Amino acid sequence: MIGAGKMKQYTNVLDKPLSKGRQEVSLSGFAYLFSELVQYNQTQVDNIGELERRLEDAGYAVGVRVLELLCHREKGNRRETRLLGILSFVHSTVWKVLFGKVADSLEKGTEHEDEYMISEKELLVNRFISVPKDMGSFNCGAFVAGIVRGVLDNAGFPAVVTAHFVPVDGQQRPRTTILIKFAEELSLPLLLAPGPVSFCVLH
Amino acid sequence: MAPAVPRSGDAIFANVERVNAELFTLTYGAIVRQLLTDLEEVEEVNKQLDQMGYNIGIRLIDEFLAKSNVTRCVDFRETAEVIAKVGFKMFLGVTASVTNWDTEGTCCSLILEDNPLVDFVELPDTCQGLYYCNILSGVVRGALEMVSMKTEVTWVRDMLRGDDAFELQVKLLKQIPEEYPYKDDE
Repeated sequence: MIGAGKMKQYTNVLDKPLSKGRQEVSLSGFAYLFSELVQYNQTQVDNIGELERRLEDAGYAVGVRVLELLCHREKGNRRETRLLGILSFVHSTVWKVLFGKVADSLEKGTEHEDEYMISEKELLVNRFISVPKDMGSFNCGAFVAGIVRGVLDNAGFPAVVTAHFVPVDGQQRPRTTILIKFAEELSLPLLLAPGPVSFCVLH
Repeated sequence: MAPAVPRSGDAIFANVERVNAELFTLTYGAIVRQLLTDLEEVEEVNKQLDQMGYNIGIRLIDEFLAKSNVTRCVDFRETAEVIAKVGFKMFLGVTASVTNWDTEGTCCSLILEDNPLVDFVELPDTCQGLYYCNILSGVVRGALEMVSMKTEVTWVRDMLRGDDAFELQVKLLKQIPEEYPYKDDE
């Protein structure tokens, strides 16, 4: 089959110029695709927790790639090595590229030192989703939580990331909060220089 | 109210809400990867992607008709043009060209030079039998079925398999006469 008759020209991804990331597709096109992702995964699980985990896995795969892409394109091949730096990278750069806007807020948890929250009034993936009553607290934002975890993990900040609905006074729809709980090994001294980054001492 | 005028693909695309194509591309990639892990057989993945596309197609046609104001096409040739110029543009932001008509006018090819599904994609040796964009063929088939056209949609050329373009062959099998579920006098 291969090479029969005409010349085959396999393109190597790395030989192609990197796109500027300005191309767009319609939001509904994305929504159809996302809905198929959710529906397919529903057929593969027995419970809500499992469904969220699978969506998170799918998101993780996106996060890994987003980190690599954006560090190269937006940050001149540098990546953040500080906790607050990477959090603000997720909240601003990643959000802006993926969802067209900076996330509504980034806050530090009040009860635990190692918790941070990114909140969004209307998360893009939840725009056209209403969760049936019998599915309880299920939140499709698990996909976005996975993206966040993928970015953080691969930047050297392992964390547990989950998505939650939080009711807002006077609003019909709840907002979605992405809760980030950093892993224990990121205790304070390590927060300053995590990951296998090479550095030189200048003195 | 004056009859609505059909709108061009560009005009519709300019007016709908849009998202970054990279989010779309990477999400699609995640879906394909998940299917490959779950189903293992490339053939099964092709089938599942086609099924997902079909599910999308049968829903997407409603939005397409509502936003495009397209009226009934006189023949299959017009249908193909509308899919290529309005349908693809409106959802994916790219247009296709229509060629390779057979003499009866029931089989043609949609050629995509730009395809937002495949940015960053390269097929590994283990996935050579994969029709990576098979979801698109399902979408076209599903959407046309909802407007009474049974079609067979197959990939003829695929850039991920070393061809110079994406070529989707659409073959009209039969027109299903419209059946009304209600009687006239009701």
